[in-house]
Amino acid sequence: MSILETGAESAPRRLIVGPFNRVEGDLEVRLEVADGAVTAAYVSSPLFRGFERILEGRDPRDALIIAPRICGICSVSQSQAAALALAGLQGIGPTENGRIATNLLVATENVADHLTHFHLFFMPDFARAAYSGRPWFPAAEARFKAGRGTSARRMVEARATLFHVLGLLAGRWPHTLAIQPGGVTRRADRRDQMRLLATLRAVRGVLEAQLFGAPLEQVAELSDPAELEAWRANGPEGDFRLFLEIAADLGLDRMGRAYDRFLSHGAYPGEEGPFYAAGLMAEGERGAVDPAGITEDHTFARMEERGHPHHPFAGSTLPDAADETGYTWCKAPRLFGRPFETGALARQVVDGQPLLTGLVAQGGGSVYSRVVARLLETARTLIAMEAWVRALDPDAPWCAEGLNPSNGQAAGLTEAARGALGHWVSVERGRIARYQIIAPTTWNFSPRDAQGIPGPLEAALVGARVKPGEKTPISVQHIVRSFDPCMVCTVH
Amino acid sequence: MSGLATFSGTPDSPFTVLWLQSGGCGGCTMSLLCAEGPDVMTTLEGAGISLLWHPSLSEETGDEALDIFARIQAGEIVLDALCVEGALLRGPNGTGRFHMLAGTGRATIEWVRELAGLARYVVAVGTCAAYGGVTAAGLNPTDACGLQYDGRREGGALGAGFRSREGLPVINVAGCPTHPNWVTETLMLLAAGLVSPQDLDAYRRPRFYADHLVHHGCTRNEYYEYKASAEKLSDLGCMMEHLGCLGTQAHADCNTRPWNGEGSCTRGGYSCINCTAPEFEEPGHPFLETPKIAGIPIGLPTDMPKAWFIALSSLAKAATPERLKRNAVSDHPVVPPTVRDIKRR
Ligand code: SF4
Ligand code: SF4
Repeated sequence: MSILETGAESAPRRLIVGPFNRVEGDLEVRLEVADGAVTAAYVSSPLFRGFERILEGRDPRDALIIAPRICGICSVSQSQAAALALAGLQGIGPTENGRIATNLLVATENVADHLTHFHLFFMPDFARAAYSGRPWFPAAEARFKAGRGTSARRMVEARATLFHVLGLLAGRWPHTLAIQPGGVTRRADRRDQMRLLATLRAVRGVLEAQLFGAPLEQVAELSDPAELEAWRANGPEGDFRLFLEIAADLGLDRMGRAYDRFLSHGAYPGEEGPFYAAGLMAEGERGAVDPAGITEDHTFARMEERGHPHHPFAGSTLPDAADETGYTWCKAPRLFGRPFETGALARQVVDGQPLLTGLVAQGGGSVYSRVVARLLETARTLIAMEAWVRALDPDAPWCAEGLNPSNGQAAGLTEAARGALGHWVSVERGRIARYQIIAPTTWNFSPRDAQGIPGPLEAALVGARVKPGEKTPISVQHIVRSFDPCMVCTVH
Repeated sequence: MSGLATFSGTPDSPFTVLWLQSGGCGGCTMSLLCAEGPDVMTTLEGAGISLLWHPSLSEETGDEALDIFARIQAGEIVLDALCVEGALLRGPNGTGRFHMLAGTGRATIEWVRELAGLARYVVAVGTCAAYGGVTAAGLNPTDACGLQYDGRREGGALGAGFRSREGLPVINVAGCPTHPNWVTETLMLLAAGLVSPQDLDAYRRPRFYADHLVHHGCTRNEYYEYKASAEKLSDLGCMMEHLGCLGTQAHADCNTRPWNGEGSCTRGGYSCINCTAPEFEEPGHPFLETPKIAGIPIGLPTDMPKAWFIALSSLAKAATPERLKRNAVSDHPVVPPTVRDIKRR
């Protein structure tokens, strides 16, 4: 049985799915269903807090306190984006140690996010009664049942251990103030380096024993779809192989395809460019991202200023509660007028990672390729982190000092776990005059734009199968969660 | 009550918790997942505490989740504790429409008011749910407030007179985010029937953590004693004089009960911004700058008379050892403590 091929019903109907849980924040999805499949989807972010307005009028340095609090799951990425924007204003860059330590902090959050997503948010769906007849079900239930699964529990522990990297280098997680425009506030000495290695080694141990059943290097080096198929058929036992088996049985590679247009701002700055490249892939071709082409459209967002799309330096966030055309508080970001998908899959494809490039060539962005990308990236990133710890130099400087100009504007572009994150700040007379943020889920869960073009998730949901009587279709849940949405970031 | 009561929860009849999120960032839940030795699931299970539904962690989505709410409303499930994370949004124009509970067409603030009336205890998890927090900062575009406070003023979403079914006001496990153990220990104490009004401080924070100051156990205490001050972030000195550290006034045990292994804000190299306090989000000056009048910091340590502080600090400055003076303005110790021959002490 594939969930693509289950029994259909014919009468068209409408479904409102919510509260949509095991995502970060609040989400409602409106579906139009006919002949047992979704024919149109409207994605709504029902929570608006107005962080961009809250930032206006403040001292620019306060962005480092306020902006990370947009989100408790990617607060370090928000912090880095704010620090990069402030560094742009100040015309400085981080010290070498500051750059490496910041990469470690962001990577810790991103790896932890991937683990949280896989074990606590995504996999519990396969431990639901709906799948009790499948051959893999007993294993899925034992490992992933919400709140009880053995793998889930072990990963909660490993995740807490991983965050010792943040505790040691940055005081705490979430909402650290350690990342500054000129570097980081805390030095690591030789003893700290050993502790960091011990922590990373412990997490590596759990991943190798339980998630992959193999050395991280073996996962990171997977280079084409046939190798992955061999892993599924007779690879080492682990959560990864179980996922591959479930995915093959349910046809997850044929679910949730959007536009196959991918965007990454590039992750983990290095001396010669970012560790994961910046750029885009659209219509099968890789290219560069020109940030001048990024705009937000307000047509179906409950926001004023609907007349034309705005570049973030000219953007606004004026909620219009009386508006009836808008169906979400989320704006519609576009790159030269087109919607883009962002996230681990986009990062890996833009970086040219051969396995993910191969999977996308075969079946595009799908529930399957998105999850594989996150797991493969987890392995690649953790290996890199060990090298970064070794590269820290206790005796070199950690934090450079800069001065904010009283007027100016700058952008901070980075990658959160869920994809491209940008902060655009304008300062006038020493105060924040305008602060605009485009978060990864704003890209992915965008509403329609003035041309009526749906956002990536809205497009990915079309065709999802709905079984008779289903009120919260399970295929829809898989597709939505495959993006690992963060709704608090989406509308800020 | 004397001695430790047994937890009211048992496997057959657990202490039930419903967790809702509104105008916050989800960070208190994420912090909760960082609980260690034991992890959060083991801790709650051991105390007979069961989550009826949690937006990040439960299996049930959509109609199945709404069914749980309906059974609480119908009295089929006893709700022992309602935990709310995130500020309550009253806007626009008192409608609460800035946060509709997905799938229900109803404002979350209305759901919270109704369910709070059914709960034996109501717990505000984090400073947003307690007092409004960062969501209520600046212009407060959404008219955000806490469950029973609007900043420092009593009132908020439930009103000053609200008492839960066991006769307690809202318990404010404030912090931005909260420490995971502040939450688990509060729930465990509630499940054991060990929380009375005297166990809450003036802002209704559990006293087990709020009767401490962040300054207690700060690794920079020696610098503080001699007023050897950090001049910029990443310096080792005390951050009170120039960098806005409020550790001497902040009610929390962050430096005696570390975060994420061995961390705390001050150990991470930046100032305590007093995130457990109402209105911390609006200090009235840049967060990491100490406001001063005639060179003297305005906010003095809790319980310290001003004249004493001035006298002591000028004395301390005159006596600052060279080691502290130099290390205070460096990112790593440049002068180690002298090794003395113990025979000649
Ligand atoms: S840095 Fe803050 S908490 Fe630490 S000693 Fe100084 S005033 Fe106290
Ligand atoms: S040290 Fe201060 S700002 Fe940091 S968590 Fe504790 S109370 Fe909050």
